Amino acid sequence: MGSGASMQSVDRARQDIASEAVSRPGEPPQDRLIAVAAGLEVEAEVHDGVLKEPPVLEIDRFNLWYGTKQALHRITMPIPLNKVTALVGPSGCGKSTLLRSVNRLNDLVQSVRITGDMRLNGDSIYDPRMDVIELRKRMGMVFQKPNPFPMSIYENVVYSLRIDGETSRGVLDEVCEMSLRGAALWDEVKDRLQDSALGLSGGQQQRLCIARAIAAEPEVLLLDEPCSALDPIATGKVEDLIQELRGRYSVLIVTHNMQQASRSSDYTAFMYLGRLIEYGATTDIFTKPVLRETEAYVTGRFG
Amino acid sequence: MNSESLPRRRARSGHANLTAHGEPWVWLTASSLALAIAMIVGLLSLIAWRGLATFWPVPLELVTLADGRRVFGEVTEREPLEPTTAAIAGHPGRRLVRTGDFDASGNHFEWIDDTLIADISQPEWATVVERLDAGRLHGIPRRLRHGDRVVAEGSVDVGEAFAREHPIARGRLLRAVWIDKHERGELQRQRHAARLAVVQAGLDAGAGSQRQSEAERRERQLAGEIERREQTLDEETAKLRGENAGWVVEFETASGASVPVPLDGIVRAWQPNRLSLAGNLGVYLSRWGEFLGDDPREANSAGGVFPAIWGTVTMTLIMAIFVAPFGVLAALYLREYAGRGPVTTAVRVAINNLAGVPSIVYGAFGLGFFCYVVGAGIDDVFFKASLVADGQPTFGTGGLLWASLTLALLTLPVVIVATEEALSAVPNSMREGSYACGAGKWQTIRRIVLPRALPGIMTGLILAMARGAGEVAPLMLVGVKKLAVELPVDGTFPFVHPEREFMHLAYLIYDVGFQSPNSQAARPMVFTITFLLVAIIALLNVTAIWLRSRLRRRFVSQHF
Ligand SMILES: Nc1ncnc2c1ncn2[C@@H]1O[C@H](COP(=O)(O)OP(=O)(O)OP(=O)(O)O)[C@@H](O)[C@H]1O
Ligand SMILES: [Mg+2]
Repeated sequence: MGSGASMQSVDRARQDIASEAVSRPGEPPQDRLIAVAAGLEVEAEVHDGVLKEPPVLEIDRFNLWYGTKQALHRITMPIPLNKVTALVGPSGCGKSTLLRSVNRLNDLVQSVRITGDMRLNGDSIYDPRMDVIELRKRMGMVFQKPNPFPMSIYENVVYSLRIDGETSRGVLDEVCEMSLRGAALWDEVKDRLQDSALGLSGGQQQRLCIARAIAAEPEVLLLDEPCSALDPIATGKVEDLIQELRGRYSVLIVTHNMQQASRSSDYTAFMYLGRLIEYGATTDIFTKPVLRETEAYVTGRFG
Repeated sequence: MNSESLPRRRARSGHANLTAHGEPWVWLTASSLALAIAMIVGLLSLIAWRGLATFWPVPLELVTLADGRRVFGEVTEREPLEPTTAAIAGHPGRRLVRTGDFDASGNHFEWIDDTLIADISQPEWATVVERLDAGRLHGIPRRLRHGDRVVAEGSVDVGEAFAREHPIARGRLLRAVWIDKHERGELQRQRHAARLAVVQAGLDAGAGSQRQSEAERRERQLAGEIERREQTLDEETAKLRGENAGWVVEFETASGASVPVPLDGIVRAWQPNRLSLAGNLGVYLSRWGEFLGDDPREANSAGGVFPAIWGTVTMTLIMAIFVAPFGVLAALYLREYAGRGPVTTAVRVAINNLAGVPSIVYGAFGLGFFCYVVGAGIDDVFFKASLVADGQPTFGTGGLLWASLTLALLTLPVVIVATEEALSAVPNSMREGSYACGAGKWQTIRRIVLPRALPGIMTGLILAMARGAGEVAPLMLVGVKKLAVELPVDGTFPFVHPEREFMHLAYLIYDVGFQSPNSQAARPMVFTITFLLVAIIALLNVTAIWLRSRLRRRFVSQHF
């Protein structure tokens, strides 16, 4: 993506712009990305259309540190209900971190500290009284790299039901088939459900993980670059799947693929160095973004 | 193409090239592996060869010396004499002969110089007689007598008559032994139980109490009955022994003396010089059968090692049953729950150090803690009566259970370290995937982490079992005995006796090989026992490895 080169130019411009910004407080800096790199507070450009949608998830002034290094800065964004929202931005800008904060997977990293809050359908996610396990059951997540469990395909898909103690064969069978069909994997594996999931190809494994994530009918589906390990055909299948899920599930998807974002999402958020830069309807972001920087990124001239 | 004309940007030397291709490293690594393999194969084939050859019949040679003395035996070894002696006499060497007339000469072996030999022959009817006691006898059968009546005369006839009469006499003897050991033993046990009941009643209700006198009355009643039954047993065994008495085989030994051997005192007899291949094989297999299935005789230097096989296998399995859950749980806590801090590191270092503590220290600990503290405590509460009545501790001394526990402690570090290794090899992405599905920590461990780590855990267990099965020093302190033919599992209530002392193959190697008064004769046995021990450990390992590879097949992805 050439982010290394741009980071260098950002570095070079960093000092003078920073001093310029400091010398003229109150004035919006000329280039937001450079200002962000210089560590200045920059208001995110959030379109009105987003705010009108009923939200399933509200991220509210969310900050996150890995040790002393801040990875997310005051992220405030509502995620619309039953819509597909894409997160784009250069590598290392905190997309995965944000996604992992939603289901509190970052709790497992010892050095993480947060402030601010998120609300899932009105319930505070970071409320100390919130049961993390119950919270995670309301969400499904697919990771950047496929991570099937060391068990049969069937058991992988019904994993979340198994841990809830579901034993009825009928229910499990039905959920398994529905989820695998949903993930466009059913026809490929229906004759080998009892085989090890680790024997599947990389793309099949990723679709299996998607099937696993939708098996529990989550309120929000978190997809972290689900297609980064897939070939174009498998990618197409996953995109079709996202199209099918649209309207039934609220999906938050991280992607580096601008075509994918523009094709399959309703809303797009552009992040840079841990900050939200611009957030609006996908058509607007890709055709008439408010900020030049966003335009430069989505058209591939930067990042 | 024309590299000559292009400027060379990277200097190339033959040395750099060689290193880049890694040739020296291949040779280095390959040769060290080859060395290791050579040593292992060498050791194992020595053990296998000597161990397997022990029971194969060897020809008997009748050696006549120049002074007229005659020696009858198996040649077990040859070596050259001192160079000087050999040069003068022009003879090649000397030989070690297993003579088999300990009764007369007091020796089992004799070195004979080739220079002194006048004649060597292999008499057709030279017989090896394995006696129940007093060791082997080498001789030629002359006569089979029943009292004064001569049943058969001459080697051929005696051979025939022996084949007919010997199984019958042997059957009677075994029956009598069975009666003594089991039926009489059972009566012994009942008498002892009644005695214990009296002591117990005295302890519970006080001496002279009504309960005690009641128990005493019952003991007297039982004693009468037991006496009656013992009388019938006595009659039966006396009859069996009486029928055997008087049956004698006379052998002529090398010195020409006639040695009578009771027919039922002969375990087995064979004529190696006239045996066909099938005959050899028959003797070979029959001796292996005795070795694997029978109790030892003659200070463990003959007979079988069944109790030791049994003890080794049971102890190893019980040890595995204890150490596996214990070690896995400890490792789970260390790896999955304990925070990363100086304490955890210290614990880890301590565990690694435990692996280096000499095993005899574990033995001392086992004796001091398991036997003298835990065992004595158990005795105090549950086996007080037998402590008072016999002055004998039950659990308060070495036994199978304590030995297994001691070895479980000894092998614990191996299991913990291997399990930790296996747990940390489980990819974090799998754990996160499970958490993201809403699984709790324990659910994740049980359903994802443990199954995935199982092959690695099995590896640790295999190492632990191999180490435990070959350990001797600590066992000597906590329950292994030179001779303990009563197995810890038998037909008497409560059928399992984990407090009993037991035999162990590794200890048997030490005992037979180095503590036996007759260690030279026992040496082939040592090889056989070693071979057996290695084979048992290999069998346990192969089973575990097979299990592991079955598990692994489920967890390892087949694509790249
Ligand atoms: N466990 C961690 N400990 C410390 N720093 C971390 C950790 N995980 C991520 N970071 C840092 O946080 C920042 C954001 O990382 P994140 O993984 O969220 O980026 P991303 O946007 O998902 O990048 P990519 O597109 O390459 O996946 C990076 O600078 C990264 O180095
Ligand atoms: Mg990422």
